[in-house]
Amino acid sequence: MTETEAPAETVATDRRTLLEARDLRVEFASRGRRARAVDGVNLAVGEGEIVALVGESGCGKTTLARTLLGLERPTAGTVHFDGEPLKYGSKALKNYRKQVQLVLQDPTGSLNPRHTVYEAVAEGPRIHGLPDEEEIVNSALSRAGLRPPERFLLRYPHELSGGQRQRVVIAGALALNPKVLIADEPVASLDASVRGEILALMLKLRDELGLSALVVTHDLGLAWNIADRVAVMYLGRIVESGPVEQVLTAPRHPYTQALLSVLPESPERVVLTGEPPDPTRIPGGCRFHARCQVLASGKAAEAGVDARCRGELLDILPASAGAQAACYYADATG
Amino acid sequence: MTAPLEAVEPAATQAAGPAGDDRPARRGILRYALSKAGGALFSIAMVIVGTFFLFRLLPGDPVRALAQGRNMTPEQLDLERRKLGLDQPLINQFFDFVGDTLRFDFGMSYEYKRPVLDLIGDRIGATLLLAGVGLAVAVSLGIWQGMRAGWRHGSRFDKFSTGTSLVLWSVPTFWLGLLLLLVFGAYFKIFPSRGIQSVDAPDGFAYVLDVAHHMVLPVITLVGVVYAQYLLVMRSSLLDEVGQDYVTTARAKGLRDDDVRRRHAVPNALLPTVTLVFMRVGFVVGGAVTVETIFSWPGLGQLFYEAVRVPDFTLMQGTFMLITVAVIIMNTLADVVYHILDPRVRSA
Repeated sequence: MTETEAPAETVATDRRTLLEARDLRVEFASRGRRARAVDGVNLAVGEGEIVALVGESGCGKTTLARTLLGLERPTAGTVHFDGEPLKYGSKALKNYRKQVQLVLQDPTGSLNPRHTVYEAVAEGPRIHGLPDEEEIVNSALSRAGLRPPERFLLRYPHELSGGQRQRVVIAGALALNPKVLIADEPVASLDASVRGEILALMLKLRDELGLSALVVTHDLGLAWNIADRVAVMYLGRIVESGPVEQVLTAPRHPYTQALLSVLPESPERVVLTGEPPDPTRIPGGCRFHARCQVLASGKAAEAGVDARCRGELLDILPASAGAQAACYYADATG
Repeated sequence: MTAPLEAVEPAATQAAGPAGDDRPARRGILRYALSKAGGALFSIAMVIVGTFFLFRLLPGDPVRALAQGRNMTPEQLDLERRKLGLDQPLINQFFDFVGDTLRFDFGMSYEYKRPVLDLIGDRIGATLLLAGVGLAVAVSLGIWQGMRAGWRHGSRFDKFSTGTSLVLWSVPTFWLGLLLLLVFGAYFKIFPSRGIQSVDAPDGFAYVLDVAHHMVLPVITLVGVVYAQYLLVMRSSLLDEVGQDYVTTARAKGLRDDDVRRRHAVPNALLPTVTLVFMRVGFVVGGAVTVETIFSWPGLGQLFYEAVRVPDFTLMQGTFMLITVAVIIMNTLADVVYHILDPRVRSA
């Protein structure tokens, strides 16, 4: 590969960077072929910042989240937490778990059906041998909005509503007093009415506890509502990132434009053609070029970048806070 | 699961809601158990009815069989029939049969001229011993291997143990039994080839050893053909659990791999397996019938086999009903146990 490796430059932001992916790559063997699920990602989550990672199914966003959690080992690149590279020894990893916690999409599946709410929330503190387990559980449940906590302690997950279950999952994460929450589609399986409550809860946790969050989602509306920054992922790589207002109101990458165009309020739809992305066969040149509506319409040719779109690999975007897009056309037209 | 519950108890009693919830749940279990028992009673009634007609559909005339080829005049045959009550209209025979059965009177064996209940009483111990030991070994072996195979899915252990169990499962019981009998009983003469004890059986502990020695081959045969189902169910239910989000969540909280398995995956995967253990008790008994015949094990299976050959109606009815009712009771128990173990089913 001839791609230039992006320098792991310090992030130009007013926030201190807490969690960072540096040139992260994760590959799997998939039916005899190598799937590059995460193919060079720089991404930073600052203190008290909520970053939305947006992309369609199979773009590698869940793998990226799992790797940031240390559940998956990167093939190359590093995960940094608080400036230190993540070590994969069992003790170091266990310590890391106290800092970065996970909230998954389906609260029903995330809770062991045979464990009570108390057991579910107390598990984390118990693993890490934190004192005052009961106190921790009660306060975590209250902070997650399950009040009074005593009413829920002996309930089983199936006795709770979907929103309550997700609050229990969040309480389970909060019980470890983490600095970062990684939420993989945290509201996708919830009713619309409950969705707002859970989002409000996450914003409140950010404001009150200074909790950072990486919210993985395919829902741009959710990103708009909750995130400070948004990163758009396509086929294992971030193709556009920046402050949420900027990226979602004035998208520069054709892929982001296409994603936004299918929202109901959008004037015209861009329907992407071509094969759905396959991480075992990432095309050369710009990885989006085969489906790119700008290239297909000939506008890229007008701007004189079509040859580069097809044949020249793009640099990996740095983990910068400002708006940026990995697109020759966007660069050429400003 | 013990420490936290105690710790929470005071908090729970303060809250009116969940403390009050507990009792209806228990009442729910009782109601559920009663309804299941009702269903089981109905099944048993059907078995009693079915048994009577089923065995009268079998070919063969018991009276002729009892004559054992001796020449008998039609008058003598009629007399015998009258003695056995076979001259009565079928419907009368049926009501007599039902009435007797409800009084646990299964009649006299045509062949042995003894009460069926006594014959069963003589033989049931041997069957319980064989089937019980076989079941215990099969369940432990199956669950242990299934657990390892499922946790290390695709490993060499997985492929080897799953493959072996499937081969043994596919093998006919009598074939495996005869093979073992030939190799270890007749050729190497390591194990006795028939019966439950030696002719000159010693006393005391030596007697236990003697019986155990006789049991080796029958138990291996029985285990060989039944343990695969426990292995496969344990393996596949563990695989289901391993893919669950709560396993990922537990890992993300920092739980060690072994603890994830022990505290989350295995207890939940055991649920369907426990049910299967109960449900399959009947099949183990069924397998024992064949095994008993091969190894001349003096149990119910052999008794039943001999009864079919005669045909000895009353004896067949007795043993058949006993085995069937045992299966029904076990299935009912399986339902109720599952209900108690799984909080999801409990409230449904």
